[in-house]
Amino acid sequence: MYAFLTALAQGGGDAAASEAGHFEPFLPGLVVLLPLLGFVINGILALKHGRDSAAAVRAGGELTFGDRKPATHTLPTWVGPGVMGLAFLITLVNFTRMLGAHLEEPVVVHYWTWIATGTFTVDAALQLDQLSMIMMMVVTGVGFLIHVFSVGYMKEDPGYPRYFAYLNLFVFFMLVLVMGSSYALMFVGWEGVGLCSYLLIGYWFSDREKSDAGKKAFIVNRIGDAGFLIAMFMVFANFGSLDYVPVFHDAEGLAYAGGLVTAITLFFFVGAIGKSAQIPLFVWLPDAMAGPTPVSALIHAATMVTAGVYLVARSSVLFALAPLTSAVVAGIGALTALFAATIALKQNDIKKVLAYSTVSQLGYMFLGVGVGAYAAGVFHLMTHAFFKALLFMGSGAVIHAMHEAYHSTHSHEDAQDMRNMGGLRAHMPITWATMWIATLAIAGIWPFAGFFSKDEIIWQTAAFGGAAGAPYTALYTVYWVMALAAAMLTAFYMTRMMVLTFHGANRTGAEESRHLHEAPVVMWLPLAVLAVLSVFGGWINVPEALRASLLGGAGALPMTEWLHHWLEPLTAQAHHIQEEHLGELAHAAPFGGGEVMWAVISTVAAAIVVAVAIRFVGGRKVVAVAEDTTELTGLSKVLYNKYYIDEFYDRVVVRPIVQGSRFCWKVIDSLIIDGVVNAVGWIAKAFGWGISMFQTGSVNTYAFILTVGVLVILGASLF
Amino acid sequence: MITESLVLSAILFVIGTFGVLVRRNAIIMFLCIELQLNAVNLSLVAFSRMWGIEGQLFVFFVMTVAAAEAAVGLAIIISIFRHYETVNVDSFNLLKW
Amino acid sequence: MSILFYVFAGLAIGGAVGVVMAKSPVGSLLFMVTTLAAMAGTFVLLEAHFLAAIQIIVYAGAIMVLFLFVIMLLNLGHDYQKDLRGGAFAVLSFGVIGGIAGLLARQLGATGSLSGPGAGAIDAAIAEHGALGAIAEPLYTTYVVPFEITGILLLVAIVGALVLAKREV
Repeated sequence: MYAFLTALAQGGGDAAASEAGHFEPFLPGLVVLLPLLGFVINGILALKHGRDSAAAVRAGGELTFGDRKPATHTLPTWVGPGVMGLAFLITLVNFTRMLGAHLEEPVVVHYWTWIATGTFTVDAALQLDQLSMIMMMVVTGVGFLIHVFSVGYMKEDPGYPRYFAYLNLFVFFMLVLVMGSSYALMFVGWEGVGLCSYLLIGYWFSDREKSDAGKKAFIVNRIGDAGFLIAMFMVFANFGSLDYVPVFHDAEGLAYAGGLVTAITLFFFVGAIGKSAQIPLFVWLPDAMAGPTPVSALIHAATMVTAGVYLVARSSVLFALAPLTSAVVAGIGALTALFAATIALKQNDIKKVLAYSTVSQLGYMFLGVGVGAYAAGVFHLMTHAFFKALLFMGSGAVIHAMHEAYHSTHSHEDAQDMRNMGGLRAHMPITWATMWIATLAIAGIWPFAGFFSKDEIIWQTAAFGGAAGAPYTALYTVYWVMALAAAMLTAFYMTRMMVLTFHGANRTGAEESRHLHEAPVVMWLPLAVLAVLSVFGGWINVPEALRASLLGGAGALPMTEWLHHWLEPLTAQAHHIQEEHLGELAHAAPFGGGEVMWAVISTVAAAIVVAVAIRFVGGRKVVAVAEDTTELTGLSKVLYNKYYIDEFYDRVVVRPIVQGSRFCWKVIDSLIIDGVVNAVGWIAKAFGWGISMFQTGSVNTYAFILTVGVLVILGASLF
Repeated sequence: MITESLVLSAILFVIGTFGVLVRRNAIIMFLCIELQLNAVNLSLVAFSRMWGIEGQLFVFFVMTVAAAEAAVGLAIIISIFRHYETVNVDSFNLLKW
Repeated sequence: MSILFYVFAGLAIGGAVGVVMAKSPVGSLLFMVTTLAAMAGTFVLLEAHFLAAIQIIVYAGAIMVLFLFVIMLLNLGHDYQKDLRGGAFAVLSFGVIGGIAGLLARQLGATGSLSGPGAGAIDAAIAEHGALGAIAEPLYTTYVVPFEITGILLLVAIVGALVLAKREV
């Protein structure tokens, strides 16, 4: 531990800028440690808080402390967001340094050797390169904003310090995931975020449904983790190490489209499917909405679910060598994008709409990295973090207001059902404005962030599929069409959500609506920051062809495709392999037309869909839940019930497993194994009883045996 | 002479063993044990003709010990008789399983 | 000499068989006395005069009388029938002891003629000290310790017999 701390202190360089080509990391270990420290402090406060609360309740008091909050409640307010803010600042310093340094190779900061057994070595080391830096910025930056938002959202919650403890712990693990220098460390972070996801989804654990949702998330994740583990074993078996630098260096030697690399990448992708909620393991994400809304914003929008995308982007070399897996990745991504979008069309719970939207957008990210556009996938990851976190937090502000409204009249109506909302624009203008910005961004309207990232992916799908040596060209055409269709659906259901929530007549009830008000500053300020990012965030990776469209045309924009160039040192290897085997990428989409043309088509179409949706949804009569008697039929019913996939899984997977377990328990364990053990005991007893027959108690018998013994001994010694 | 004595000793010993096994009366069993001891005494004396006077000395001690043992053993049998009213060994079966 | 030996041997065996087969305890006892007397005769023939005398005095005279006293004390002898085991067990026991006898006979047969230096030494000792002195001399010199311990043993036996047999007061 002492060695670790001195190494940490030495890891920080001086504050002077680094020379080009040489990157001096600034206290990278501190970035990881600060959230952990936050967890420890908040954890201790939570333990004390729990004890005090229990004592207060036993004394006949309330669980919440009213206006006079104890120290265990006020300290986490500063510790929780505070460590995040500090971590973000340190990350910013590192980012600035890296900007000036033009890094070619990743910088690995070694702290200590964690596992050293024979041939298998894992170091506790952090890898700082362009990809991890981007992820760090997103995690700490968006994380900080969400922490600030949580201060307002969770103010009245009895478990306030516990919440921040878990949230800090989550950020710690996420940072380990993105900054780890080996697959082993990534897996540590991987499992850790899974754990924190469980803790936070089931945060209100006294409600059975909510804790079940936490369990579901963890179990479904674990299914994917099995794939991740197998892939790690294969990597170690073939490369002798789990560290990125040596593995990717040796990966060049693998056969293109060979069985080995295809197997490794497929298993990694199985892990990604579980963590990033793709088909078929996405079922945990909608249920995860049982957790507090900021948790949904942080974990299930901005960071944890993107771990799968990060994994694929990090292993770009391996995926580039396996075209089959890449096709599978892209296919599942495209299918998920479309599938989830259709379900979102018919959901009434505002958070469920956003959950399925997240699943759908994650599909886009996988589509991007599946067609070799790693930078585009990461770009969409980043912009998605901005607008999805904004959307979730905005919905959190709405739910917060609705809760207060219903609390004032002691009504038991569902505060999250959009049929109970409506006309909230008048009551919550800031939320309304910021959420509309996010909606336009996600719909892919120019010039907002989502347009550039989503468009890039769609275009790259087309370019990849039409490349000279591309495999399965027809398949990629299908993906491209699916992506376009999903984009249109996205625009529609997001607009539907906005119209139902903020426009039209208010359905909350006359008395309740008097209590609806805007969120406090601590809650709408992060919304505003993210709204700004959603507007301008996409400008960091504008394709060359579209440069003229921004800032007065004629190249006033200082940089194009900045993110692409930024990640170039890491994706160069993969691109090289891609060029070698695929030839040049196409310049026209399957149905003709270049990049600019399709960009214009998609944005115009999206805008039309938004307008149509406003008219369509706005024109329909919506009734509050209490008075809603309509029965869903046909396609609507199927979509509303999410294609009955949970029921399907229950019938096909869960029940057989439970029955199998029951069999193992009742028959194999109780009957056979316990039976064998009991039988051994019984045999011993029976044997003893049999031998006890010798003890007849009769002198005569003893004498006889004695004599026989004499005979035997005599015989033995005389023969 | 010696050989014949040994044969006689063996026969007496075997008869004594048979008596121990076949009689039910505790005192008579004891008597048969004394018979066995006597047989052994005879063989010891026979061997003393081969190897020296020590054999006879041993017989001397055997007789002494036999006397002591007979006294104590009969005392025990008397004390048992007081409890069981019989010396039939088949009735002494408290150690039966 | 030989004839005398066979007479004594026959008496001994007959007495032994009588001990085992007699129905009455007193009868067994008397047969035992016969055997003991025959054995004493055999001892004389083997030049163990002192032992022969002791045999009669101690064994037949004291130990057997002790047995007799006990039999009389316990008033035994009224249930003649149930004393002897019969049936399969007797046959089995007979087989076992037959086996022992057979083994001993075989061993004896395997050994050659038996002779040793003992006879000469004993005769010389008897000639020198007399029959009694031949035993007494080694007993009180070389083997005095076992002799004394035997005395203690007898003391213990007396005390033990007294304690075991006395009635509770």
